[in-house]
Amino acid sequence: MGGFPILSIVTFVPLAGAILLLFIRREQENKIRMVSLLVAGVTFLITLALPLSFDFASAEMQFVERASWIPAIGVTYVMGMDGISLWLVCLTALITPIAVLCSWEAITDRVKEYHVFILLIHTGMMGVFLALDFFLFYVFWEVVLVPMYFLIGIWGAPERRLYAAIKFFLYTLFGSVVMLLGILAVYFNAGAQTGTYTFDILELMKVSYPWSPSLFSFQNLVWLAFFISFAIKVPMFPFHTWLPDAHTEAPTAGSLILAAVLLKMGTYGFVRFSLPMFPEATLYFVPFMVTLSIVAIIYGAMVCLVQRDMKRLIAFSSVSHMGFVMLGMFALNMQGLQGSILQMVNHGLSTGALFLIVGLIYDRIHSRMIADMGGLSSVMPVYATLFAITMLSSIGLPGLNGFIGEFLILVGAFKVSWVWAVFAVTGIVLGAAYMLWLFQRTMFGPVVHESNKGLLDLNLREAMTLIPLVILFFWIGLYPAPFLKAMEPSVQKVVARLEEARKVVEAPPRMAVAEKPGRARHEDQK
Amino acid sequence: MTGTFNPADVLHILPEVFLTVVALGILVLSFAAPSRRKWIEILAVVGVGGTAILLVQAAVPLFRPGGEPYAVFSGMYLVDKFAIFFKVVFLVATLLVILMSIDYLPLIGVPVGEFYAILLFSTLGMMFMASGGNLLSLYIGLETMSICIYILCGFLKQDQKSNEAALKYLLMGAFSSGVILYGISLLYGLTGALDLKEVAASIATMDLSNPALLLAMVMLTAGFGFKIAAVPFHMYVPDVYEGAPTAVTAFLAIASEAAAVAALLRVFLGAMPHIQVDWTMLFWILSVLTMTIGNIVAMAQRNIKRMLAYSGIAHIGYVLIGFVAGTELGISAVLLYVLVYAFMTAGAFAMVILLHTETVKGDLIEDFAGLGQVKPIAAAAMLVFLLSLTGIPPTAGFVGKFYIFGAAIHAKFYWLALIAVINTAISLFYYMRVAMVMYMQEAPTGLVLSSSRPLYLALGFAVLGTMVIGIYPGPFLELARASVFGLLP
Repeated sequence: MGGFPILSIVTFVPLAGAILLLFIRREQENKIRMVSLLVAGVTFLITLALPLSFDFASAEMQFVERASWIPAIGVTYVMGMDGISLWLVCLTALITPIAVLCSWEAITDRVKEYHVFILLIHTGMMGVFLALDFFLFYVFWEVVLVPMYFLIGIWGAPERRLYAAIKFFLYTLFGSVVMLLGILAVYFNAGAQTGTYTFDILELMKVSYPWSPSLFSFQNLVWLAFFISFAIKVPMFPFHTWLPDAHTEAPTAGSLILAAVLLKMGTYGFVRFSLPMFPEATLYFVPFMVTLSIVAIIYGAMVCLVQRDMKRLIAFSSVSHMGFVMLGMFALNMQGLQGSILQMVNHGLSTGALFLIVGLIYDRIHSRMIADMGGLSSVMPVYATLFAITMLSSIGLPGLNGFIGEFLILVGAFKVSWVWAVFAVTGIVLGAAYMLWLFQRTMFGPVVHESNKGLLDLNLREAMTLIPLVILFFWIGLYPAPFLKAMEPSVQKVVARLEEARKVVEAPPRMAVAEKPGRARHEDQK
Repeated sequence: MTGTFNPADVLHILPEVFLTVVALGILVLSFAAPSRRKWIEILAVVGVGGTAILLVQAAVPLFRPGGEPYAVFSGMYLVDKFAIFFKVVFLVATLLVILMSIDYLPLIGVPVGEFYAILLFSTLGMMFMASGGNLLSLYIGLETMSICIYILCGFLKQDQKSNEAALKYLLMGAFSSGVILYGISLLYGLTGALDLKEVAASIATMDLSNPALLLAMVMLTAGFGFKIAAVPFHMYVPDVYEGAPTAVTAFLAIASEAAAVAALLRVFLGAMPHIQVDWTMLFWILSVLTMTIGNIVAMAQRNIKRMLAYSGIAHIGYVLIGFVAGTELGISAVLLYVLVYAFMTAGAFAMVILLHTETVKGDLIEDFAGLGQVKPIAAAAMLVFLLSLTGIPPTAGFVGKFYIFGAAIHAKFYWLALIAVINTAISLFYYMRVAMVMYMQEAPTGLVLSSSRPLYLALGFAVLGTMVIGIYPGPFLELARASVFGLLP
């Protein structure tokens, strides 16, 4: 209580901005754009205060705000941030101004509504990462869907936007409502155990939920309810089918937000809720999760190899990369988890940048087909350079951000089982293959199409959308220490909780857990 | 409880008396000064408002700590928080319907005086249903309401669909009333009582596997199934909704449904708590059928009134979840949902009326095309209602569903909850189709909306209700929870 409500400010300033936009006349399009950029920019600057005043040594929630909301059912307004959410919050704040900037000329239809929706999404995403009350969390979680639906449906590519929009909405809504049941089950179970009914996440974390090695034990079922929601959001194989459609049809800013932040809501959900709240169930489902992750890594990469549409290719590469994030997470050790969280940020930056790059070329040639490009590096050298750096970041070249994340994930996975690591490395190799090939087909060689010879290189505004991201590629790639250090205590806390649970799970040797000798050996060595 | 008439009891039904006087006054006025349409409208609004004030005045002592519910007229009429809650819902619904009708009725050529008088009489019937402590008083309330609505449905004398609606509703309604009456007579034969408490007490001493008792229960279930429009007793609903004048459809959807739910709760919880196991099972099945079939068929509709009819059926399925849960939490969830549903559905129907002009009937989904560009504020209001009907926060519909699902989980009806959330996802599809038409299709040239001020007032009121309950539901939750106190055995 008390203090400066900075978290509420970074969450609700964009909402206030959206309301402000409603009062500007729709004809004043440039004014709308300026106000929107200003709101997003100011929010970003305020958000920068968070890492600067963050206590790097603490595993606890910081900047916590509390207010009474619905006392009748134990709902409070609680916001807080720890090392796990810190960088995701910063990423969100960075992406929104870029999204505004990249739509400057691309969006000319219904500019007002567009920017209202962008700012609303910002509020929802921030809230998801900051909410510490399940009711509040769920509200933010759902609030994101509606503006995103309209973003895809109104400003998407004309051919299939309606289909993509409703598919996105249906998939994610289905996941959310199942999670809602899980939330309610946790609420009543914890309430019955402690006697106080509350949706306060920190309180619910303290309770241990009944678990047995049966699939139908309480904790496993609730875990599955959360899993469906998060796995659709990530998206994990086989729940990923909404993603290529949504990504491909969305306008550039929509794809950017989807890739950079929205998908992270799923992985964040796993780290924030599934792991520490249901540690026994998490351990129980490790083989299942790892299998799905590895399938996603390899399947996603293979599908990329056969894409003809550049945007669709990048969408599928997201499936593969998010598989990495999930694999690292379910290694359930320090390196894996840290790598996983860092890779969430990395993927947000590099894939976000890739979608920007597709958007830039689409604005020029109005096609996303690889066959319509070719040899563009000679026409647009600045563009090609930025594309090259982004592509290298995406495939994990040492010195750039992707490498740090992937390396940590591989270390984490290897510590548990070398088999996992081998599969993951295969994914990296395939990733390099499709990315380099894509670059080669679009950028190198002679200019295939006559009409492409006159293309303009990037202007300052366009370059400004990419340059902040490129700086971060290098920063994280060369000096990742502050990023890792901030999350270390919080991750340690999660790992400690899992280790505690491991004793429970492995106490009576049962079939379900006996199949992981690799981990047991690792335990002994400690 | 005595058998003699106590004149002081009349004071306790003062709100109803007032409403009756006003309704009669409207009738007289419509004969005496048929050209004074304004007066009639003002009188109708004043009637509802005055009734609400009298009602609140009567409610205040009840909601104070230590305020005990009581029965008057030999237990025929109950004064408790449950009744007050529902009466408030009815009055809110009636007020919204009156506001919607003020400029709509002249447009479709409906005689004003009779319309408002019958509307208020129907509300009167509902109020007696909510307060009914005796199977007979409940039944009389039910018939008062229903007969008025049969007439309202057929108000468009020249319109075939309206005639069809009235006739269908009359036939089905009479039939279902008969079935209810049959159930009541069976109960009376078994227990020798009509008072809900006495019936319950008598059943407690009976052999619960008595087939006649079960038959009575099944009869009442079927009869009320018709009244609340649960599947498979829902066949008449879409036609009636489509054919009736839209304001009447709104009244039917929000007020009459709520009244039927109130009576259902009174009868089953009041008279038959001892065979709850049996009727829970029946209503479990009804709930699943109702929401699933309602939602699936709604997807195929092109007419928005029919779509809302099926969506209303689906929502009754959700309401039944709370009833099946049968706990205090479940019943309070039902109450809250009825209130929430009144606001969002009234809003959706008000939008249909808004689109109704001399040239366009406004009841096809395509008629909403391009609304988002041409009339952004109206479209935004519709979007709020659609999101609320789907159950997306921060709207009232979410809070209602949240509470219903919570009740189901709490009472360990996990499957029911799971089926309900799958249905929520299905419902998204057809609600969002309207949003899609509004925002993603081009408007036809020359789209005009009704310029009725009262209608905008009704819309604003509905939006306000939907958003306030969605963002700050605390007081409403507490009210719903307080209102079921003492209802459960």
